[in-house]
Amino acid sequence: MAETKVNLISHQKLESMTADEKIDYILGEVKHGEVMILERGLTPEEQSKLIEKTMKEINPDKFIGIEMESYREDGKLNWLQKMMGKIRPPRMTVIGPADKLKTIQKDNDIIKTVILGR
Amino acid sequence: MGLFEKLRIKLRSIFGKKHVRIGIYGPPNAGKTTLANRISRDFTGDVVGSVSEIPHETRRAQKKDNVIIKDGSALLTIDIIDTPGIATKVDFHNFMEHGMDEEDSRRRAKEATEGVIEAIRWLDNVDGVVLLMDSTKNPFTQVNVTIIGNLEARDLPVLITANKIDLDGSSPATIKSAFPQHDVVPISALTGYNMEMLYDVMVKLFGKSRRK
Repeated sequence: MAETKVNLISHQKLESMTADEKIDYILGEVKHGEVMILERGLTPEEQSKLIEKTMKEINPDKFIGIEMESYREDGKLNWLQKMMGKIRPPRMTVIGPADKLKTIQKDNDIIKTVILGR
Repeated sequence: MGLFEKLRIKLRSIFGKKHVRIGIYGPPNAGKTTLANRISRDFTGDVVGSVSEIPHETRRAQKKDNVIIKDGSALLTIDIIDTPGIATKVDFHNFMEHGMDEEDSRRRAKEATEGVIEAIRWLDNVDGVVLLMDSTKNPFTQVNVTIIGNLEARDLPVLITANKIDLDGSSPATIKSAFPQHDVVPISALTGYNMEMLYDVMVKLFGKSRRK
C-alpha cells in the first residue's frame, strides 16, 4: 500500500505568506498527494480563492480536486470591527486530494476523515 | 474589499434598497434552479433554467431581472442570479454513473469547474444571498461554511433555506442548529410548500419592508 504524507503546518508558517503564496503552497502539496493539517486554517476569502484555483487545476485523469474541512470561526465581530478589516481567526483545517481524503463525519465539534489506500 | 465599499454596503443595509440583486447559492443538486424557477414563475410566469437530477446541470449563472416580490403591502424588486453549484471537486466519473457517455461527462466536468469559478466571482456583485441546503443531507459541509464565511466577511445578508422538506429524512432543525445565528426557512421548492414564509423573510431581510 502506498504511504501518504500527513503534514501538520504551524500557523507561523502560513502567517508569513501572502494569500496567493498560501494557496499555491497548499495546492502544490495536495496535488502531490499529501494531506495538510493547518493549525490555523484559511480565511473565508482565502478558502474561496483556493476553491477557484483548484477548479482551474483540475485535470480529469490526474487531479479531481480537494477535500477540505474546517470548523467555523469563533465569536462575532461588530460592523465597525469588520469595516476596520478585523477578522475572526480561522480554525484548524484539513485539506487533501479528493481521491484520497474522504470526510466520513462532520459536525460542530468533530471532523472524522479517512485516507484511502491504493 | 476596501473601506469605502464596506461602508457603502453598511449604509445600504441601514437605509434599505428598492431593487436588489440576490444570488441563489448552494452545493450542486440542492435545488437552486428549482427555487429560482418557483420564485420567477410565482411572480412573472417565466422560468429561469432547466433542472436535472444529474449534478452540475446549471454550469453558467442564469439571471432573471425585475422580479417583484409581494408580501402583503410590502414590495421588493429583485434580480435573481441562479448560480452554478459550488464544489471543491469535480470528477467526470460521477456523471457517467448517471448514464452519460465519457465524452459528454468530460465536457460537463470541464464546464462545471468553470461554473464554480463564475459562482464564486458573483459573490462580489450581489446584495444578498439565499443559501440553499438540502435538508436531507448533512449541512456541516465546507461549501456551506465557506459561503457563509464569505458573506459574513462582506457583511451581506444571508437567508438559509432548508429545501426538500417534502422528502423522508428531511431535518431543517439540523440546519438551524448548525447555523443558529442566521434565519432558516424550511421549504419545498418543488411543491411550493412554505414559499409565502420565504417571501415574507426575503422582503424583510433584503428590502427593509418598503411600503406602498
